Parts: sequence; C-alpha cells; structure tokens
Amino acid sequence: MENDLGWWAVPLAVLGGAIRVSTPILFVSLGEMLTERSGRINLGLEGTLVFGAMAGYATAVVTGDPWAGVVLAALAGAVFGLVHGLICSMARVNDIAIGIAMMLLGTGLAFYFGKPFIQPVAPDLPSIPFGWWSDVPQVQAALNVNVLFLLGIAAALVLHWGLRSTKPGLILRVVGDSTDAARAMGLRPAVIRTMATAIGGAFAGVGGAYLSLFYPGSWNEGISSGQGLMAVALVIFARWQPINCFWAAMLFGGAGALGPALQSVGVTEGYYLFYAAPYVLTLGVLIATSSPNRALAGAPGELSITK
Amino acid sequence: MTDFRLASLRPATPALLSRRDLLRGTAALGGMAALSMALPGAARAQSGLTVGFIYVGPRDDFGYNQSHAAGAAAVKAMEGVTVVEEENVPETQDVQKSMESMINLDGATLLFPTSFGYFDPHILTLAPNNPDVRFQHCGGLWSADKHPANVGSYFGYIGMGQYLNGIAAGHASVSKKIGFVAAKPIPQVLLNINSFLLGARSVDPSITCQVIFTGEWSLAVKEAEATNALVDAGCDVITCHVDGPKVVVETAAGRGAFVCGYHADQSALAPEKYLTGAEWNWAKVYTDMVTATLAGEAIPNFVRGGLADGFIRMSPLGPAVPEAGRAQFEAVKAEIEKGGFSVIKGPLKDNQGNIVAADGEAFLETDPVLEGMGYLVEGVIGSTS
Repeated sequence: MENDLGWWAVPLAVLGGAIRVSTPILFVSLGEMLTERSGRINLGLEGTLVFGAMAGYATAVVTGDPWAGVVLAALAGAVFGLVHGLICSMARVNDIAIGIAMMLLGTGLAFYFGKPFIQPVAPDLPSIPFGWWSDVPQVQAALNVNVLFLLGIAAALVLHWGLRSTKPGLILRVVGDSTDAARAMGLRPAVIRTMATAIGGAFAGVGGAYLSLFYPGSWNEGISSGQGLMAVALVIFARWQPINCFWAAMLFGGAGALGPALQSVGVTEGYYLFYAAPYVLTLGVLIATSSPNRALAGAPGELSITK
Repeated sequence: MTDFRLASLRPATPALLSRRDLLRGTAALGGMAALSMALPGAARAQSGLTVGFIYVGPRDDFGYNQSHAAGAAAVKAMEGVTVVEEENVPETQDVQKSMESMINLDGATLLFPTSFGYFDPHILTLAPNNPDVRFQHCGGLWSADKHPANVGSYFGYIGMGQYLNGIAAGHASVSKKIGFVAAKPIPQVLLNINSFLLGARSVDPSITCQVIFTGEWSLAVKEAEATNALVDAGCDVITCHVDGPKVVVETAAGRGAFVCGYHADQSALAPEKYLTGAEWNWAKVYTDMVTATLAGEAIPNFVRGGLADGFIRMSPLGPAVPEAGRAQFEAVKAEIEKGGFSVIKGPLKDNQGNIVAADGEAFLETDPVLEGMGYLVEGVIGSTS
C-alpha cells in the first residue's frame, strides 16, 4: 500500500477522531455548563441528546433537508429543557431527580417515535474538506470537518466572552452564585434558570442531530451509548469554563479513537484497556487537580452538588 | 446506560384479560395455590401455542435482531400460534425476568431467547424450574451431559457465508488488504473472521485481513471509528460481525471502500459498494420448529444447518464484483451446497505460528470443534485478547 503511514497513522487517527467524535460531547457539555452556571443541574441531557438525534433524523428523512433536522432537534431540546426548568421552579423539587426522569422520558419517547425511522436513510450534513492541500487520503479524511464542529467552537468562544463581559452573562453568574444576591438585585432566579436550562437543552438537541445526521450518521437506539452522561460529567472536569469544555471534548474524542487506531497499526493486545483510556484520563486529571483543602474551583455557589 | 426498554411491544391486554377471566372463574374454587397453578394452563388453552422471542437490541437494526424478528413474523402468520416479543433486553438478570414473565403471564411454552449471552447462567437457571417450557437458544453449545433436556441449541454455519464474502472481497480488493469490524472474540466471530480471510486467500494468497474489536455488540460511534481506522490502514473491502451493520456499511461506503454484508441484506444502504452478504434465514428455521411443536413432535436439542439447509443465504452479487469473481463465487457456492466442503483445512497455522490443522486434516462445517475456535489464522492481523 503506497499510503501506508505506519505509526504516523495513530496521531492522525486521534486527531481525526477528536474532530469527528467530540462535537456532540462539546454541544452537550456547553449546554450543561450554561445550565449549571445558573445554579441548576440537568442530568436529562442524555435523553435530550437521544431525542434530538431521533427528531433531527426523522425531520431530515421527511423534508430531505438535514438543516431542518438540526433546527427541529434544537427546538425539541429547548422544549425538554423548558419542561425541566419549569418543574424545577416549583417549591421543594430536586433538579437531579427531575433530570433522571427527563433522561428516561427523552430516551423512551425517542425509541417510541423513532421506530419507523431506523430503516430509512437521511441526507447527511455537509462537511468542509480542510485536507485539500494533502495528497494523503488519511489526512483528507481526518480533516473533513463538519460545519457543526466549527459552530461548536464559535459557540464556546461566544459563551466565554458572553459570560465574562456582557450583562446577561453577569446576570447568569449572579443567579448561579447566590439566589439571595440575585433577588436583592431585583432578578427572578427561577425565570433565568429556566431560560438557561432551555437554551442548554437546545445545545444538547443539536449535539444529537450531529450524531444521527453526520457521525456515525444514522438513527438507531444505541446511537448515544452514554455520551450525554459523559458530557455532563465533563463539565466538572472543565471547571464550568466554555473553552475548557472544548478541550475536554477534544481530549475525550481523541482518546476514544486511540483504541481502534492502535489496533489498525497492529497493537492488538489489551484493546479493552485502550478503550478505557478516556475514563482513566478523566479520573487522572480530576485527581491531579483536586485538593482536600478547598472546594472545586469555579463551581457555581448555588449548585446542589456544592451546597 | 442502554437499559431503556420498551414495554409497549408486549401485548399486555391478553394477559390481563385472561387473568381477569381466570379470577372470575376460579373465585368459587378459591385458594391462591390453585390460582397460580391454573394460570399458565388457562392462558395456554385460550390461545393454542404461545411462542416468546427475546432480542438483545431493536427489532429493526438492519442486522442480527432484524433477522430474528423476520423469523418471528413468519411464525406469527401461522395458524394457532400467539407470538410475544420483547426487544432491548440486556444479557443480565433482566432476561430472566422477561422469560419468567412470558412463561407465567403469557403462558409461553416455547421460548427463543436469541442472544448468545442469554444462555449461561440465565436460561440454565430457569430451565430446571420450568420443565414444561422449551428453551431454544441461538448459538449456545448445548451438551446432553451438562445441560437440561428442555434446553435446545440452534445455529447456522454462517462462516460459509463469510467464506463466500471473502471470495467476492478477494476479487474486488486492489490494496490486497481487507478489514473486519468485530464485536467480541467469541468462537463464532473468530470463525467468521478466519473464513472471510480464507475466502479471499483462495483468490489471492497474499491478501491480509485487519481485524478491530469494538468490545460490544452495538456501539455506533466505536464501530464508525473502527471502520475509519481500517480504511485509514489501507483496507478497501470491509465486513463486520456486530449486531447492526448499518453504521459500518454506511461509513465504509462513504469512505469509498467496498462492503460485504452480514446478518441481513444491507445492499439498499450502499448499492454501488455492496459486494454480497451472508444473511440468516430464520423464517425457515422457526416455522419448522413451531410446526414440529404443534404436531406434538420434539425439537432436537442440537439443530444446525447451512446454505444447503436454507438456514443461511447470500445477498445477490453487487455490480462491483468482476466477472471472474462471479464465476468463482457461484462455483464455490454450488460446491458448499453439495455438502462436504471444508473452510478450515490443513496445512493451516494461526497467526501466532501454531499449527491448527495439519496437512491433510480438514474440518467439515458440521464439526463441533469449530464451535470452540479460539484462534485467528495466519494472515489475520489482530489478537483474541
């Protein structure tokens, strides 16, 4: 084979895998970050991701337009977020319990409505061939970047700037850090949290549309395999910072590509161990950066896990 | 986190109705013992034979579960038979609950728990307590001295199908490197991988086969990554042994590689790139078994069949298979259907250099030794651990 890259195939596959696999994780973790910065946890985003994947795919099958699918997935995600937000705005409601209920509801509804859409083939989202400069097909394949990935990067940058330097960002942070302070300023925490949860849900819905409309690019019931839950956990890993969410998603996606890539160059023993790499990595970084002497840096004060 | 199953598929009303009728009927007799003993019998008398099918994944996955559900649909069309189905049942305690519910509430007396991991310990736990129920397990190695008599095992020699896939692949491959996305290194999967390569090597002995194990039966993203990694490594024909080959077929065709199907016909997903595929034909197997049960005959405990018996079949050859490939494919297929064909025959080494078949030694497809396969043959790049 003329294009045998040998060991160079591994870093290339990790890069390609990071770009391919990270997008849904990025969108879910950005959505969850936004929700948690307002002081609530929405564990239901796994369900939203799966429902978004189904809704996006079904819409693309029916209309023939994958972008219509992305829009509908975002809307469906926003509705799920809104429901979570409204229920949690009632007195003495636990956001984690509602999140788990929403997760089961989302996956259940997606399986129910998704039955007729497992077989049809939907049009894929377009991608941009950033590898045009290279003659090597592996490089071209790795740099075939989907538009949603770029939108995800843009969203991370906008959120970073927005939380830091704009009034809505300040309001969100105040609500997330102290309900009392927010009330003293005349803000309505429940409304703001509900809005943040709805927008977070929309992000997760778009992540789902990426799964079913680009990579792996089909709707089936095992499409998420827990990625939504992992993304929620990555928010803690990313210390509630949008830019960190991006790096965490890239790291996780790249580490996930390591197992297949190593097998393809002939490192075939112990692949179960390589498949555990992303989780080992996450654990390692969390242990390395945590301290018994202080609370998690960057954690919103009103978050029920820090209270 | 995939344990979200649909209860909606099980027809709950018939069971409830029969229970209500029964409560009314047995109220005069009284006694909970009488009730619990009469329940399955009453349900059975009402509906003739009730047959239960349990799937590990969704019924329309373009793959393993779909092939079984197609068989169940054929049974459903039979006179005097009620079919109950449940999908997305994990290979855990859950399958025991599903089986118990089918036996006690629906009155099922013939069960087809179709996933490999349902056998030990789940079927083996329930079978001794339910001597009137027949448990037919797909793929397990039943043995008379170890396992209960009301448990049966059935499977097909689909390795032969992968051998034919390999012949088509050998003719289509330019890079002389073919790829296999595999779930777990169990004997059936290893036999498929080995057969695929040996088929290709019967065309060109220089061909190698790269295998990537994903570790699970259904992991969409990992299967897509594995397919990409195989194409990146230079493989230009890809096949697989996972529950739902849809992702592998679409990803491989999207990258410009040819594909050979598995479990069911996936040609609609990649009409130009699909060479052929090894498909199950469970409709024949299931209707035969149910017909035997209805006639009061016993189903043999150990049922196997291949191409000649109609247990498996091949997808029609795709447009990309060259003329020479078509001729060889058809000739070998006719040879296999005659019987007596061996894929694993000496001299043959595994990829560690150990001899697995001496010169002149040949294993027929029916040889139970092949169902305990634990090696990858020479030319397969991969490892079983």
